[in-house]
Amino acid sequence: MIDAGARVPIRLVVNGRARELAVATHALLLDVLRDDLDLKGAKRSCDSQVCGACTVLVDGLAVSACTYLAVEADGCAVLTVEGLAEGDTLHPIQRAFVDAGAVQCGFCTAGMLLTARALLDEHAAPTREQVLHYLRGSLCRCTGYRKIVEAIVAAGGGDR
Amino acid sequence: MSARPLRVVGRPLARIDAIEKVTGRARYVTDLVLPGMAHARVLRSPYAHARLARVETGRARALPGVVAVLAGADLTWCDPYFGPAFRDRPILAIDVARHEGEPVAAVAAVDEATAAAALELIDVDYEPLAAALTLEDALAPGAPLVHTREPLAGHFADLSSLRPRPGTNVCHQFHFARGDAATALASADLVVGDTFRFPAVQHYAMEPHAAVAAWDETGGLTVWASTQNPYSVRVELAKMFDVPLARIRIVVPHLGGGFGSKTYAKLEPLAAALAHAAGRPVRLAASAAEAFQTVRRCSARVTMRVGFGGDGTLAAVHCDAQYDVGAYADIGPRVVQKATYTATGPYRVPHVDLGGAAVYTNTTPGGAFRGFGVPQLAWALESLFDVAADRLGRDPIDLRRHNLLGHGEAFAPGDTPIDGKFEESLGRAAEAIGWTLAGAADRGRGLATMLKASIGPSVSEAIVRLHADGSVSVLASAVEMGQGTRTVLAQIAAEVLAVALARVVVVTPDTAITPYDQTTSSSRSTTMTGRAVQAAAEDVREQLLRVGSEALGLPASDLALEDGAIVTATRRLAYPEVLARRFGMAGGELIGRGVVAPGRSAAPLGGSTPFWEMAVGAAEVSVDEETGAVSVERYVSVADVGRAVNPLLLEGQDEGGVVQGLGHTLFEEMAYADGHLLNGTLLLYRVPRADDVPALECRFVENADGAGPFGAKGAGEGSLVPVSPAVANALARLTGVRLRDLPLTPERVWRALRARERRAPGAI
Repeated sequence: MIDAGARVPIRLVVNGRARELAVATHALLLDVLRDDLDLKGAKRSCDSQVCGACTVLVDGLAVSACTYLAVEADGCAVLTVEGLAEGDTLHPIQRAFVDAGAVQCGFCTAGMLLTARALLDEHAAPTREQVLHYLRGSLCRCTGYRKIVEAIVAAGGGDR
Repeated sequence: MSARPLRVVGRPLARIDAIEKVTGRARYVTDLVLPGMAHARVLRSPYAHARLARVETGRARALPGVVAVLAGADLTWCDPYFGPAFRDRPILAIDVARHEGEPVAAVAAVDEATAAAALELIDVDYEPLAAALTLEDALAPGAPLVHTREPLAGHFADLSSLRPRPGTNVCHQFHFARGDAATALASADLVVGDTFRFPAVQHYAMEPHAAVAAWDETGGLTVWASTQNPYSVRVELAKMFDVPLARIRIVVPHLGGGFGSKTYAKLEPLAAALAHAAGRPVRLAASAAEAFQTVRRCSARVTMRVGFGGDGTLAAVHCDAQYDVGAYADIGPRVVQKATYTATGPYRVPHVDLGGAAVYTNTTPGGAFRGFGVPQLAWALESLFDVAADRLGRDPIDLRRHNLLGHGEAFAPGDTPIDGKFEESLGRAAEAIGWTLAGAADRGRGLATMLKASIGPSVSEAIVRLHADGSVSVLASAVEMGQGTRTVLAQIAAEVLAVALARVVVVTPDTAITPYDQTTSSSRSTTMTGRAVQAAAEDVREQLLRVGSEALGLPASDLALEDGAIVTATRRLAYPEVLARRFGMAGGELIGRGVVAPGRSAAPLGGSTPFWEMAVGAAEVSVDEETGAVSVERYVSVADVGRAVNPLLLEGQDEGGVVQGLGHTLFEEMAYADGHLLNGTLLLYRVPRADDVPALECRFVENADGAGPFGAKGAGEGSLVPVSPAVANALARLTGVRLRDLPLTPERVWRALRARERRAPGAI
């Protein structure tokens, strides 16, 4: 086994729960979430900050966990798709995705939802143009995007 | 039982896996963790074509944490070749690497970082060979040969007639003729023809290929695989590793998209070989960049000539289609023959002469991709239709309508007659795009049609179990890759058995548990797997009625199923009570079985298509004359689907198909130079984003005339096919320039606009 190098302690609040971890300095946030914390909702696809499948919120800001060092998140609150719902009650953006048919294969869904959550936190009732702007870093190969855009606008209470 | 209105089928219901997907609980292959699981990485050829003079793996084996290292020469204990058409693809390159990115060696280690470090310790001496990188290279006299040995046949019966051209790179030729096309073209009033090009395109299913393989103490093999074809993968592995089918389990959790990229074996043989060598489970998860080196759409060069009578009646079509299938045949030969067979689209053509060739090159293997070879040919035919309309002074819709095959009309002797109403689709598309209305001067409108055969013959089997509490299991092996097949199958079972959708569970495909299904492709699942599920549910219904009839002392014809119970005018017997009567105790279950196996037929391809996929697309475009950038402003898709089992999911399918089609129409292309793929990552390969999507409407023609359950038939590929010609036709009507090469990049369009200005005004 190759030497993983020095491990450094970090503290995260992940989906509201305090976590203390020892991570390699080069460890990616995506791997720490998926492998160390068993939060498999964020997905790996492009490895290059293009597709958005790995998007999580770090202190409310949408980041690509595939290119974000875990140590950079030290002291931060991390929100993943597993933390969106309150118990069995879906977050409005999750409900909107279900109702609008905005989910197909589901591989982009977690990233889409968190990107949308970041948008809604900033603009409670986003316009279609704001939605399109936010989705520039989120790819979907199944839906053709129309229902995703519709769901996000609807979650903000806007016109469908 | 009298027909009652449908309660579950036909409704726009949320998909049954929606909650697990929006909460992050849905599991994909790469989410799986097994005890003792090792992680694999693959060393890939940097050359398009090279002899492997030496592959030295000793230093990699010695690295602590490495549990297995394999190179091609190590694969003496199994049959290392696979492929559905020709068994021409080795698990790891043996002696020769035939494309950039071909797996040359692989390592399994305790973690990915160790596996990656071990790859650095493998020494390979490559001796670069002359490469055939394009169709032109590969077909030139004296071209370097991608394969020199006689290929082994794969497992497709209807490709037993595989016809390679020995001593060349042509791995399969297909020819279909009717009448005398040469004479008809010579005497036609108008002949239009040209050569059209369609690019190599990457599927980019967002989940890259992945497999986790584990051998058990009985010598059995389990592979959790991101595959659209668990049963095809099983038969490949059985042959390669000499294991009985019954000892191989292929389990398929959710797929993160497929689009054809996950048909037939891809990484599974390598994962299985590594797990065997390591003596522990091995996870092989490709990166998105590696998907570019695994499979792509077959690029094509299509030369077509179409002859018309003076009144616009089609006289003849001559087609010479060359498909670049890359370094290994995969399913390319079948792509070529199936598509070439329908090169004439949905039109009545008395004289046809259609030739197709699958050509090896030293590039990423080409395989199945949504549309299965048809988009490449529709690009040519539907473009030429508009050229002809222009020359004949006819409206393009009018010229198409004049030549459309009618409902019930034969496409070819022995094959299924046309099972939809093109006339209706064409009319609705024209209306929705406002064809006859005056448009803005800076907008152009264009339209195109498509016809595609599904796979024939093919087999689907299903089991439906009604449990003691009245809940239902559907066992079927159609793979959920986003298209919604599990929801559709659940709807069908719920409809037949009169239970709530939430009472139906569709079991994850697992070849040890869920019965045979040939493939999740070709838009076949709703029709074929759906019919098997319908028959299995009807089998259960018969059993319910038999027991109910005895229990109530009434003929079965007096009984109906309603809301989880057998009902008469006065009585109600809930399913748990029916089962208790049947078994005399609170146990047991009713098991129903459904089989759909139409067998071979006299149709030209050896099996009749179970249905025809039919669609029309209409585009409204604008162009920036300064830059050549084309904008698709509006798009309408109309698909003839028989019946939409779930309109919400179907709409999603067709919207996705249109947008995927816009990708290869406007910008997607795997670009090669000097033997290297220039844009093999998502940083460099652009797929459509949300802000690329035009105002989009997807509509359906529903006449309940499909061969599937409740009059449904297949859909989901059709919307993609007309996109390119519809957009190009719109551009031509707007600007007078006719593009023949996809994608319609700004540079190509700009050059064509400049060339138009140099010509006499009005010329095309």
